[in-house]
Amino acid sequence: MEFLQQITFDAFLSQLLVGLSRAMILFIVSAGLSFILGVLRVPNVAHGSLYMIGAFAAYSITNAFGSNPAGFWVALVVAPLIVALVGLVFERVLLSHLYQREHLMLILFTFATMLILNDLVKMVWGAEYRSVNAPAVLAGSVDVFGVSVPRYNAFLLVIGPLVALGMWLFTAKTKIGKIARAAAVDREMVGVLGINVSWIFAIAFMIGCVLAGLGGALVAPTLSLTLGMDHTIIIEAFLIVTIGGLGNIWGALIGALLFGVTQSLGLLVLPQFAVVFPYAAVVIVLLLRPTGLLKSVW
Amino acid sequence: MFTDIIETRWLVVALGVLASLLGAPFIAPEFYTYVLTLIFVTAILAMSLNLVLGYGGIYQFHHAAFYGVGAYAAALGITKMGMPVWLAFILAPLIAAFAGLVIGWFCIRLTRLYFGMLQISLGSLIWVIVLRWSAFTSGDDGIHGIPLPAPLETINGAYFLNLAIALGCLVAMYFVIRSPFGATLQAIRDNAARCEAVGINVRNHQLAAIVIAAFFGGIAGVMFVVLERSVFPGMLFWSFSLDVFVMCLLGGWFTFAGPMVGAALVILLRTFASRYTEYWTLLLGVILILLIFFLPEGIMGFVSARFKPREPDGGAA
Repeated sequence: MEFLQQITFDAFLSQLLVGLSRAMILFIVSAGLSFILGVLRVPNVAHGSLYMIGAFAAYSITNAFGSNPAGFWVALVVAPLIVALVGLVFERVLLSHLYQREHLMLILFTFATMLILNDLVKMVWGAEYRSVNAPAVLAGSVDVFGVSVPRYNAFLLVIGPLVALGMWLFTAKTKIGKIARAAAVDREMVGVLGINVSWIFAIAFMIGCVLAGLGGALVAPTLSLTLGMDHTIIIEAFLIVTIGGLGNIWGALIGALLFGVTQSLGLLVLPQFAVVFPYAAVVIVLLLRPTGLLKSVW
Repeated sequence: MFTDIIETRWLVVALGVLASLLGAPFIAPEFYTYVLTLIFVTAILAMSLNLVLGYGGIYQFHHAAFYGVGAYAAALGITKMGMPVWLAFILAPLIAAFAGLVIGWFCIRLTRLYFGMLQISLGSLIWVIVLRWSAFTSGDDGIHGIPLPAPLETINGAYFLNLAIALGCLVAMYFVIRSPFGATLQAIRDNAARCEAVGINVRNHQLAAIVIAAFFGGIAGVMFVVLERSVFPGMLFWSFSLDVFVMCLLGGWFTFAGPMVGAALVILLRTFASRYTEYWTLLLGVILILLIFFLPEGIMGFVSARFKPREPDGGAA
């Protein structure tokens, strides 16, 4: 194994950290998808478009602030809220009438929404590539265990666990979170208890949208924004959610780590075919555990 | 089954359509002949997906993988391995069917969404390999200008060959669906547990359906090579599978002709609406949403409900 000897520990660690920080964005987006899947039972193909809207909204907000570094931080808060608003309108006006339909119809419906949102983004922001600059605080790099890591990646490594913690606190400790979890398991029973399931669904959908938008805003400084970015993320998010166990937030975390890390470490082994590794990981996981690693609510 | 009068009515429609299709290239400008040929290709692709999706109730989420495998097998056979064109054309659907066997064998133990996701991952593996193995597959650029025998180099040659292949596939698929195998498949779709109980091997039937659908998908891939004389990795990309899936549901996935109608509509919309607006996918999205709300069984589902009285015992199909 000659190629293994060429991999230094430093290269390994730095690729690992890159993979982990990429996994944090994948986790945030997938957690939103998983939450909607779990509570509403909707395989939301438009989730990637919501992420894209988050990214483009972050671009506009950051731009509006010009050279003021506050722009990025405002964008990080406001962009997810804009996406949540789009999601709320969408859920109330259209989606809420379709919960009784079968999954294939819901997939078709959310795919139609994806087509529409994609063109709306094109109308509002145009088809050109856009880029967002991270504030100066997050530029440059820091040392982690003697390896130089871009500050922005380190920032993502902090944000990711915070979001996971927030989601855990929400679902485990708040009343709405507990009801949402119950609705995921048995929505009829929750309805019988006199709880307005309809609004629980609306709130759950908005939370999913906030996570999609946050993922989009966070990813904005790391790549150039294009109209195709929804296609890439949605397939990755669905695969992550599937290997984690449909509807399981912690599963989404494990899936995202597996997905992000196999790809970045794969670059060390087979640079040209690195993209193969996450897909191969998904195949192996699903063959070994046909309903995902953790408990699925489906 | 059908009453005689409906059979006759559809037969008349079919013969009329066939006669116009045979005459079309002599009257219509070349561009329209091209669009029609593309519709044949896409219609066979959509109908082959519907064999598993509509009649089998199987979540075939990456059907385009088999289309791409068929097209690439034909293209690589001709350009890289020096096969005679006809041999490559015959082998390609068989290779696609083999891909269906391998992918299906892995996926069939999973249920519904998990099935679809595993299939997407396996299909994406093929896509990534085609994309990255540039020395053999030309990677991102695809393969262009595939040499074909002289009659096929003209658009009319491609048109008539594809029309003949499409008709052959239609008849073959019709017999598959009307066969005892097809009936069993639909019974499994409607109630798998009951079929299991009467001793039907559910998994083997589903696997056979996937292989047959992959075979016809591979034929559609060959038809694409006949028309375009090129292949590119986008044919294998999962989002193209979603497009095909949309055609089935748009046209009506519980009907035989539905996917064909859906395919024709999507191609026509893309060809003509995109001349007037760059936002044609928005238009398609709006049409789909209206359809989901008002015609959930698709266009042909709606049409056939008009012409055919519901079966009295309400057979779930």
